[in-house]
Amino acid sequence: MSDIDQPILSVKNLTKRFGDRIAVNDASFDLWQGEVLAIVGESGSGKTTLLNCASARMTPDVGQVSFRTRHEGVVDVYKLSEAARRLLSRTDWGYVHQNPADGLRMDVSAGANVGERLMALGERHYGRIRNEAAQWLSRVEMQQDRIDESPQTFSGGMRQRLQIARNLVTRPRLVFMDEPTSGLDVSVQAKLLDLLRTLTHQLDLASIIVTHDLAVARLLAHRMLVMKDGCIVEQGLTDQVLDDPQHPYTQLLVSSVLLP
Amino acid sequence: MSAVTTLDPAINLDTGYNFAYLDERTKRMIRRAILKAVAIPGYQVPFGSREMPLPYGWGTGGIQVTASIIGRHDVLKVIDQGADDTVNAVNIRRFFQRTTGVVTTERTVEATLIQTRHRIPETPLQENQIIVYQVPIPEPLAKLEPREAETKKMHGLSEYGLMHVKLYEDIAKFGYIATTYDYPVMVDDRYLMAPSPIPKFDNPKMNMNPALQLFGAGREKRIYAIPPYTKVESLAFDDHPFEVQRWQQHCALCGAKESFLDEVITDDQGGRMFLCSDTDFCQERRGEVASTAALVERPLSGSV
Amino acid sequence: MSRSFAIQIRDLAKTFTLHNQGGTELAVLNAVSLDVHPGECVALDGPSGAGKSTLLKCIYGNYRATQGTLIVSDGNTTLDLTTASLRQQMAMRRTTVSYVSQFLRTIPRVSALDIVAEPLMEGAGGDIDRLAAARRTAETLLLRLRIPPRLWSVPPATFSGGEQQRINIARGLICPRPVLLLDEPTASLDAENRLTVTAMINEAREQGAAIVGIFHDQRVRDTVATRVINMAEFR
Repeated sequence: MSDIDQPILSVKNLTKRFGDRIAVNDASFDLWQGEVLAIVGESGSGKTTLLNCASARMTPDVGQVSFRTRHEGVVDVYKLSEAARRLLSRTDWGYVHQNPADGLRMDVSAGANVGERLMALGERHYGRIRNEAAQWLSRVEMQQDRIDESPQTFSGGMRQRLQIARNLVTRPRLVFMDEPTSGLDVSVQAKLLDLLRTLTHQLDLASIIVTHDLAVARLLAHRMLVMKDGCIVEQGLTDQVLDDPQHPYTQLLVSSVLLP
Repeated sequence: MSAVTTLDPAINLDTGYNFAYLDERTKRMIRRAILKAVAIPGYQVPFGSREMPLPYGWGTGGIQVTASIIGRHDVLKVIDQGADDTVNAVNIRRFFQRTTGVVTTERTVEATLIQTRHRIPETPLQENQIIVYQVPIPEPLAKLEPREAETKKMHGLSEYGLMHVKLYEDIAKFGYIATTYDYPVMVDDRYLMAPSPIPKFDNPKMNMNPALQLFGAGREKRIYAIPPYTKVESLAFDDHPFEVQRWQQHCALCGAKESFLDEVITDDQGGRMFLCSDTDFCQERRGEVASTAALVERPLSGSV
Repeated sequence: MSRSFAIQIRDLAKTFTLHNQGGTELAVLNAVSLDVHPGECVALDGPSGAGKSTLLKCIYGNYRATQGTLIVSDGNTTLDLTTASLRQQMAMRRTTVSYVSQFLRTIPRVSALDIVAEPLMEGAGGDIDRLAAARRTAETLLLRLRIPPRLWSVPPATFSGGEQQRINIARGLICPRPVLLLDEPTASLDAENRLTVTAMINEAREQGAAIVGIFHDQRVRDTVATRVINMAEFR
């Protein structure tokens, strides 16, 4: 089996409890390079908890998360040292929060927000950091002359795009996104979705997107998981799940969507 | 004005307190923290900071460190912004005079122990000297990362990229690194450290200094240290290297070109002059100081 | 038949279970067996509701078969869609099977040209030369299908039904694939464009594609189909 045939991320039998409540129950899935996986389900179904456990932001009670690194083969994420795990999460991984304020430093400039990961990796040339930051602002369709402005002055859509640039500057291979487009106007949402679609494609990103919006899943994801009450009740290619849902809950979910 | 201070006759040794005010157990606790700090250069060691008879922000951390290490034969110098005669310096000096009876001096060369607020003397320190800094905010990352658990983790894992974010912001805003005091340093290539609000002019003096440098933060309950001859490097970018302040002017009194100058407004007509911030250095250059510290014989209470 | 097949279907059944309608079961396909070979164009015939579209969607893997086997071959390797992993199914769609649905699924902000060129851009990443070549091929197709160049840079959401259908056909035919599935590709086209599309379908078949399609238009069916299968045969 060649390297590229192995999943970049493999989640096995993952369970997370909060007290007596099981937030995620025995979840398993694989993700390959270049693949976008959507996790859908209603609020409280455990999709964000699954995302957090898969991205090492929350330790699961049971289960294993393996990641295929660039140079060191497949590693068990929860057996890495904390230092190695944190390094991974700010180099080869990205995490896009629903609320951009959670993923940005709101009191430093856009340029510094984008440049931070580079500085964390030891880049010590101001000019290069600034150039790189400016290029990334362009790539997320922001004007370069806003590089010195604070995200406080940005609209929600711009903040979200800045957050994406901040994550992608180290060329991660895997990006986790938690409802990246909710809370935005529909027109702004369309722009962001198109941007995400283009970037994941161009950068050959593997990505997991938590969303409750089936249209977002349809547009961005190759595959999807449907969660209910902490369990993955159905998974398949996105169009399979949406056009031929098998599980009662998925059928309810799909039939509940209003089409304009 | 004499550089040497003998005990003001009005100041009596206060026999109601232990030598140097703190009880011996507290001193031992603080010395243990200091030893740990010396063993791990630049690392902030927590300690059980005591209530002192002056408010936080007036040097309670530095005073506790000084009180824990001062001995009967030490010669103490206290400076505030380089001057020996400002309120904070005078009061702390008087505090130790009353509680220890040790000899005090204004001359850097004569002191074995120097407590300082916001300056390092211009006269190079020697191996037999200890300098104690008063520290308001020991955590250099505090302004950028308010969560203490997170900053501890960042120190533990040497994740210091964030500090450069601050310097980046300076250059983006002003075109150069505009941080002029409390300029962050790396100690012994390992720990990021706040040098306390000394001007960055003084930063190079910390590097490979023969003297022991101790830092005390009373409110924040942290002690840290730079052992003698330790590498201390000011952070910078390759294309914006670290630079210290320079002045066009010379000291109006002693003519010094290489010392840290204070701008003094002399009238309300726009008149101004530049003077050495280090008053002892300035006086030495003017040849106004000749005498050595007067040793004052005093019966000592306490048990050192 | 000894010739190697492109599609081999055996005893295929597709039943929809409507859990939210009291578990009603709709048996749409039952006991479907069919072989399609390279260079063949099979037209599915039968009244509405006979399961023509359902069968096409099963072959594309859009609907998951309830029973039976459904094997697709690209000439070298075969894949049983009823047991294939999701990854294998994705690969099959990238390399083997092209599906032209009745309706174009538009994407906000993506131009008509890029929608057409997209299958060729697969895996190009940021390779500018490949992307440019893909767009040039798309332009040729759009010209042939009489989409005026002023529309190329416009997202096709606002296009007429006929224009959208031609965009969809161009996208479906831009990469020659061993298997081509066509769901009423000419329904909204005028006579001139219908001729162009039928010519393109025939060209694809002559180049070796195995085609399965639904053609309500008798003239089109007569022009492109090499075989007509009545869905009633499977009942």
